[in-house]
Amino acid sequence: MNCTIKKFYYGDIPEDNSGSSNQPASNVSANSWPLWEVFIRSKQGLDHKHVGSLHAADATMAIENARDVYTRRQEGVSIWVVESKHITASNPDEAGELYEPAADKIYRHPTFYDLPDEVGHM
Amino acid sequence: MQVQDLEKIFQDKIDAEIKIEPKDWMPEAYRKTNIRQISQHAHSEVVGMLPEGNWISRAPSLKRKAILIAKVQDEAGHGLYLYSAAETLGSSRDEMIADLLSGKAKYSSIFNYPTLTWADMGAIGWLVDGAAILNQVMLCRTSYGPYARAMVRICKEESFHQRQGFESLLVLSKGTTEQKAMCQDAINRWWWPSLMMFGPKDSESTNSDQSMKWKIKRKTNDELRQQFVDMAAMQVKVLGMTLPDPDLKWNEERKHYDFGEINWEEFWNVVKGNGPCNKQRLAARNKAHDDGAWVREAAMAYQAKKEKKRNAA
Repeated sequence: MNCTIKKFYYGDIPEDNSGSSNQPASNVSANSWPLWEVFIRSKQGLDHKHVGSLHAADATMAIENARDVYTRRQEGVSIWVVESKHITASNPDEAGELYEPAADKIYRHPTFYDLPDEVGHM
Repeated sequence: MQVQDLEKIFQDKIDAEIKIEPKDWMPEAYRKTNIRQISQHAHSEVVGMLPEGNWISRAPSLKRKAILIAKVQDEAGHGLYLYSAAETLGSSRDEMIADLLSGKAKYSSIFNYPTLTWADMGAIGWLVDGAAILNQVMLCRTSYGPYARAMVRICKEESFHQRQGFESLLVLSKGTTEQKAMCQDAINRWWWPSLMMFGPKDSESTNSDQSMKWKIKRKTNDELRQQFVDMAAMQVKVLGMTLPDPDLKWNEERKHYDFGEINWEEFWNVVKGNGPCNKQRLAARNKAHDDGAWVREAAMAYQAKKEKKRNAA
């Protein structure tokens, strides 16, 4: 038995301790189903919210799979799917510059304005 | 920016409890550890369907059959949540599945034990899912955003798994002499493997604990295991059954239950592929994957045909 046991946890077995066969993954298919992002409206009147992603051959199958994967307990009344490759995301490394213009405009907030109490709720 | 600076910013974020998101900079080892852990977790959900699937056609009533199907469906769903979380780290689904099928990737050893009687369905729900839940509740606060969000969804669904298992044992525990014996036998067989699910003892660690520093994990193996023993030792009394450990005793000073030594030789043996069902489980996964190949291809061919039609119109 290996005496220098490294710490590992349930769900995290290091490969060198696992007696794995280390065979290279050979049967990776070039023709695999594309990835879709799934958005669900949990009830009428609320926005669609991103819930995760899944693989499907086409949009119809993506909706059906999304129903099975993300709404088994009536979590949704409407589903949007979009192929992940069509999503453009902002770059977190540029977050500073991107959001900087909003940082010094405190006058955009109602609390910037001091009004006499007599005005009441405004 | 220097790598050391990036690492400092990264660790500062973790220390400030700010989640790491897919496009954020992260150390390569953090990415790798997460991919390994999340995909192993996903594989465990997928392989975890097999021991229970064995009993769907043999469930003692329509009600139990419906419950078991729902539970197995949840496990498929949990596997999918986790695979998609791992994919955000740049590992492809095909690679992960291929690693599972070739035996390169691991899954929780608990699923390499056989399910011999109907009572095993109850014992798995109560003990195996109970042990998994403790780990999963902790992981709801893990530092990698997509993993934490997947765990929140899983935890919401997992509680039903444990409750139905305990309730199923409760029914047996009030049944005939044979049913009571079956209940006790299942508990006896699943108790020790469930304790092993938490992994080796903390004292056997020779490495500094990077996973804790990165807050991928937030509790040690022994902490979680103790929490589990304390819980189960109380709950087994409700069943009027016993846990198969003569050393199990309340320790007034520690305010915890003391318990006996785990058979670590058995643990490592099963991890290394020599458990009772390792070969059977992998063979079943490989067969399902191979038998489903034509369906996956047909779906893509159908999609291509529709696309062509749309373009022509």
